[in-house]
Order: sequence, then C-alpha cells, then structure tokens
Amino acid sequence: MLRHLVASGLLILSLVSCQKQTQVERANEEGILILGNSNEPKGLDPHLVSGVLESNILHSLFEGLCSLHPSDDGTALPGAAERWESNDDFTVWTFHLRPEGVWSDGYPVTAGDFAFAYERILSPKLAAQYASMLYFIKGAEAFNRGETDDFSSVGVEIVDDFTLRLHMRGPIPFLPEITKHYTWYPVPKHAVLRHGSMDDRFTDWTKPGNLVSNGPFTLKSWRVTHHIEVEKNPRYWDAGRVTLNGIRFLPIGNTYTETRMFLDGQLHATYTIPPEMIEYARERMPEMLRQEAYVGTTFLRCNTERAPLDKPGVRRALALAIDRESLIENVLQGGQKPATGIVPPFGGYDPPGDLAFEPEKARELLAASGYENARGLPSIELLTTDRDVSRRIAEALQAMWKQHLDLEVRIVQREWTTYLQRQQDGDYDIAYGGWIGDYLDPTTFLEMWKKGDGNNNTNWSSPEYEALLAKAELTADPDARYQVLAEAERVLIGETPILPLYWYTTNYLIRPEVKHWNPLLLNHHPYKFIRLEP
Amino acid sequence: MLKLVINRLVQAIVVVFALVSFTFFAVRLIPGNPFVNEKAIPEHILEQTQAAYGLDGNWITQFGIYWKNVLVEGDLGPSLSLYGRTVTGIISESFPVSLMLGLLALVMGVGVGLPLGALAALRRNGIIDYASMIVAMAGICVPSFVLGPLFQMYLARNIDWLSVAGWERPSDIILPAMALGTGVAAYVARLTRGGMLEILSQDYIRTARAKGVPPLTIVVRHALRGAVLPAVTYLGPAFAAIITGSFVIETIFQVPGMGQHFVTAVTSQDYFLLQGLVMFYGLLMAAANLSVDIALAALNPRLRAKS
Repeated sequence: MLRHLVASGLLILSLVSCQKQTQVERANEEGILILGNSNEPKGLDPHLVSGVLESNILHSLFEGLCSLHPSDDGTALPGAAERWESNDDFTVWTFHLRPEGVWSDGYPVTAGDFAFAYERILSPKLAAQYASMLYFIKGAEAFNRGETDDFSSVGVEIVDDFTLRLHMRGPIPFLPEITKHYTWYPVPKHAVLRHGSMDDRFTDWTKPGNLVSNGPFTLKSWRVTHHIEVEKNPRYWDAGRVTLNGIRFLPIGNTYTETRMFLDGQLHATYTIPPEMIEYARERMPEMLRQEAYVGTTFLRCNTERAPLDKPGVRRALALAIDRESLIENVLQGGQKPATGIVPPFGGYDPPGDLAFEPEKARELLAASGYENARGLPSIELLTTDRDVSRRIAEALQAMWKQHLDLEVRIVQREWTTYLQRQQDGDYDIAYGGWIGDYLDPTTFLEMWKKGDGNNNTNWSSPEYEALLAKAELTADPDARYQVLAEAERVLIGETPILPLYWYTTNYLIRPEVKHWNPLLLNHHPYKFIRLEP
Repeated sequence: MLKLVINRLVQAIVVVFALVSFTFFAVRLIPGNPFVNEKAIPEHILEQTQAAYGLDGNWITQFGIYWKNVLVEGDLGPSLSLYGRTVTGIISESFPVSLMLGLLALVMGVGVGLPLGALAALRRNGIIDYASMIVAMAGICVPSFVLGPLFQMYLARNIDWLSVAGWERPSDIILPAMALGTGVAAYVARLTRGGMLEILSQDYIRTARAKGVPPLTIVVRHALRGAVLPAVTYLGPAFAAIITGSFVIETIFQVPGMGQHFVTAVTSQDYFLLQGLVMFYGLLMAAANLSVDIALAALNPRLRAKS
C-alpha cells in the first residue's frame, strides 16, 4: 500500500516537473523585469523617502527635469525638460519643458507642477527629511526652516506653462545632475490636492489607482512586503523607446534567500549578494556576477573631543595602521578599493588623499603624540552595528591596531537606531560609518564635515576647510572648482577626524538576457533603455 | 460555563491593556527615535515630523490620546516606518497570509504528529516508537532557519513546481508550511505519546479489553480522546503564535505575512505598529486560551463537572 502511494506520488511529481518554465522565462515572454529590491520601501512619495531602494522604484515612475543616461551617470539627458541653459556663472538656470509631456492621467506636465513640488518638499509642515537637497535654490533653506512663509522669496520662477527658471544660491554648474535625484521630481499638483492638502503627510495619493506619474512606468499594484509592480506608461513622451512591459520589485530582505531565488530562476537581478557567496558565484557563473564601483565610502568617525583622539597625530597613526588591502581581501571579499580619502574617484575629480598602510610611520606618530608603544593611552571603544559583517570588520581593525600599535580597542555593537543615536549624540570614541553619494560631485561627501552639520558628529571643524568650501561655491569654472575642493579634502584628510577604509563596490547577480544594464557609479539604471533578449 | 467565559474575558481585557501599556512605554525607552536615519535629520525637520505624528507631547498625554483613539475611534494609528500606511491596514493585509500559512502548518503538524504519537505509544519500546521519537526530537531541535534553507536547497531546487521562495503561486505555501509545521508535528507527537501511554494504563481501558472490545475501537473511541488532552493544551497558544506568523519563516521564504512586522516594528521603533501588533496578538492569545479551556471542558468530563 505504502509502496504504491510513494510510487504514484513520484510519478505525479515527475509529470508535473515536465512542464518546466521558470518564473524568469515566463517573465521574459511577457516583457517583465523581476528585480530583488532589498526591503519594503518606506513609501513612494518622492518627498518623504530618503533611501536607495525607494529611489530604485521612484525613477521608474517619475522623471525629473533631466533624466538618467544608460551608461554614463555624469551626463544628464533631456527628461521632462527638452533643453536647458544657464547664465555665465551658473547662478540662473532656465528649463524648457516639452509641450507634449503629460502625466499618466493625460494632464500636461507644467512648470506649475515643478514649482508646486518644490514648494511642497520645502514646506516645514511636510517635514521632508531630504528637503536639504533643494537648498541649492536661493531662499530655499530659509523657507524650509520656517523663517518666512512666502514662497515667492524662493528662487523658483514660473516664466510660462512650459518654462521654469531657477535662481541658485551661488554658481551650481552641476545642477542638471542634481535634477535627476528624486527629491527634484515633479509631483502632479491636481492629483496630490485631490487626496489632501499640499503639506499633509497622510494622504493616499501614492496608493495604486491614485498615483499619477510622468515617468516611463505607472504603478500597477503594491502589496506590503510582497511586491510592487509597475507597468509601461503609454502616455510617456518617450514611450516608443520603452521595451519592457513592466517591472516587479520584490522586497527580499534575506540576501541568502535572494541568491537562492536567483539561482532558481525567480529573479532577473539581485539587489546584492552575501560576501561568502561571491567566490561561489565567481567560479560557477562568472558571466552573471557583477562587481562595480559605486560612489560610497566606508570610514571611521573619531570623536575629536575625547582623549586620545583629540590629538591629530593619534588619529593619523590609527589611520596608517589599517591594512586596507588585507581587510578587503580577507573580510569583505567584494572587490572594494582601499580609500585614501573620503571622496571616491570619479569623472574629473582626483582624490588628493595620501593614506596608505604605513605601520612604521604610525608607530612614530603615536610616539610623537606622547604615547610611545601605546603606553598611557586611555582605553578606546569602537562603536559599530549589530550586523555580522560589521563585527568582522571591527575585529579585523582591532587586530591590526593591536598588532601594529599594541593598542587595545574594545568593540561595542549596538542595534541600528541606538548605534545611529549614539553617534548623533557624540557618545562614542570611534564609530563605523558609511556615506553614499547622492550625485556626482565631491560636495556630496565634503559638505557634511562643516561645523554643526548633522552628519559631522566628530566635533571636528576647521575654518580653513570651510573657507575652501565657500570659495568652491563661488568658483564657476568646473576644473578650478574641483581643485579648490581637492584642497579642502586635503585639509580634512590631513587632520584625519575620519579614517577612510574603503570605497564601495556593488556586488550582485544579473541574468545575461538583461541588456543595457551598464555599470553606473550611482547605480541608478534607467529602465527605459533596458531590454530583455533571451 | 458562562461564568468561566465571562471571567476569562475580563481577565483578557485587563491583560491586553496592561500588555499594550507596557509596550507603549518600553518601546519609547529604547535609545534613539523612530525617525533617526543614517543621514541626519535637521532639528527643525525632526520637530515637525514628531508634531505630525503627535509625538511631541509628553508620554502621559500621548498615552491618553492613544487609548482615546483606540477605544473611541478604533484607530490604531499610522505606521511610523511605512509612510501613508495605517497599523490597521498593515495588519489586515498581512494577517490573512499568516493565517492561511499557519492553518496549513497546523493541519500538517497535527495530521502527522497525532497518528505518529499514538502509533509510538501503541508500539512502545518498539522500532516504530524509537524511530518516530527520534524524528520528533529532531523536529523539535532543528530550528526552522536550518530547516527552511534545507528545504529550499534539496526540495525546491529539484522539484520544478516548488519555488525557492516567494508568494506568487498556490504551491508556494507548501515549503513554508512544512518548515513551520515540523515543529508542531514533533511536539504533538511527543505529547500524544505521553498522553496515550498514561491512558492505556488506566483501569477503564483494561476493563474494555477484558470485555473484548476490538483494539481499534479501544484506541479511537476510548483512549485517543483522553490522550490528546496535553496536545490540545499546547495547541491553543501554539495556534495563536503560528497564525500570527514567524519572522524566520517569512524572511526565508519571502512570505508577506505578519511575523516580520513584529521584528521590524521593534528595530525601526515603529511605536504605533508595535503597539497594534501586541494588542492584536494579545487578543488572539486570549481567545485561543479561552477556546482551549472550553475544548478541554468538552473533552474531559472531570473538568466539566468542576465548572
């Protein structure tokens, strides 16, 4: 009896398994791209979110004045604006919107929508976390801080329905780059107001059925922790170029599950790959493994008010005693690059930093600071997150400092919010940290080290450094400006309030039938150029 | 019986109120705040955000407003981590998934565990007994985060109609239900075996045997009913726990259930979501325990006589 049952069960199994078609194969036929997207997005309101995974979805739905280039993220392509120009010193920019541009419900995309969007994100009551991305506009910061409630004091000018003029706080030669960021997207005034007031956080305008967008795709369905589906927007001005019929974003928080789903043919591309599976992927499917430079830096913050880290010599000694190559090769294994400074190399910017692994010099510096052979050093704590990889990095650093400087460092792991709060309260000695660039300009990494900046947290400041940043802000010539910024970075790295560790790479798996998915420093892949060619 | 029910209901209300109130203050004592972010939020934005969510007053005021909203308007508040979502919305979207998965896991667990336990007791110290108890012990000891990936690697990768993870096809429920149900089956098997052994040594079973009642009838009609009592006691709270989802199973199998919200609500300090989930879980647990009491009374004549 039992034997019959088992036999017939196996027979059914083998019959069913004959109808083999993986989810990716079916999606290829339907023109649907399936992407792992890490976690559930906090929302789809471009003014309220502040994360990478939200950005991945938002740039399928919305389009800013300029749009993403498929292979060069230093180039801005025409988006909602068909052309733009600035005055000679880059302080006034005029954008000419395309007259044929419409929202997904047929309403025209006008300069008024952009002005509405900028007023909305800057409204104090909306409390947009990332409003500061618009502080490049004259008067924007004062309006956002509630110092005035007159939006006409902000440099946003509606010349006519299809002409938008922006007055900047200084020369901003890279403004077209910035307008690709989601904080700069337009929102549909008519649709937002249909569901509530302009500065209300709790409206339903981003729900499926309500969300009106101007990008290559529109929102089809959204189930929490399940999926978000977008489908091709037939009203998009460049719809002829879009070959995908839709995209499914899966919030897969477990990276091991994500990799297994990819191997089982359930995903076209993963969000990431666990470090310990990189070697496996490199051997078994090198054509699917991508390891690409990404504008982000991992570093350690030093609390420069606490002894012994108040001495630049000690901080520099710690920096020079870190064997970054070994850290990358043995712990991270993701092809990261040793960081010599805070700004990763890109475009025309040449990082001026000179940090390398020089244990001999590190010992001399420590001795010169009065701590020969680490004698008399107060105990130092290294604050990090509760993630596994953070612990391994911390242990490697601990061992390096012990070996090269004979320095004892205690590792303190805290869960995410506590870890962040302690840094922001300045309650740490050395803290692990990271920063991802929002746009391709060194200022996205340098502005934060100004005195009083919410992300500084090191208690370090330097009038010389800030004078250089201010000088850069008034320098219109792009090359000269980069040189001033490099000079500022040299000051920062010279005093070493932060110890750069490595420059990021993205490591992920992608199937060969996904075409035009090119390496991009900001990792924003414009979906309208992506093709599925099995 | 009515008195028991009313008594238990009053107890449940007090317990749930205390539970949610404790959570209310405990989650606010965690260092940090719900809006803390890797990129620092300017002070003025943080203040505006807290005002928008009604978190700017002192805790006692917030506590009063929270209970007023819950009791008068039935409003559990907005989620602090998923913008534009309400706690009620999140629970109503994710609970049906966990309920379905949990019920299937329970059916599988009881369906396998009960006969296995009974069989083991009937063949006491035989091969079947040892084999099933070893399997049951393994089922209890091997955690689901080991079992899940094993199923993914050895079942899903080899059987085409089973996906590694996801919640797209009807068959996607099978592996997570198996992973979730294994522990239940193991417990139920052990508890049933213990209950069965005790019952089989009772005088009335011997009497039935002496009277010549067929062995199968003795087991099914007379012994099993008493033997399942320990399992039923376990299944009440287990039921509530299982149908509210499991963080581990949901993240391994990418199931859009409720369990993961328990964990993410704590890590992201989503006050309202956590309070709402605790309240929901508390109510379910109370309901399950009440059902167990009623079921036990129905199954066990001695208890019925007492109440």
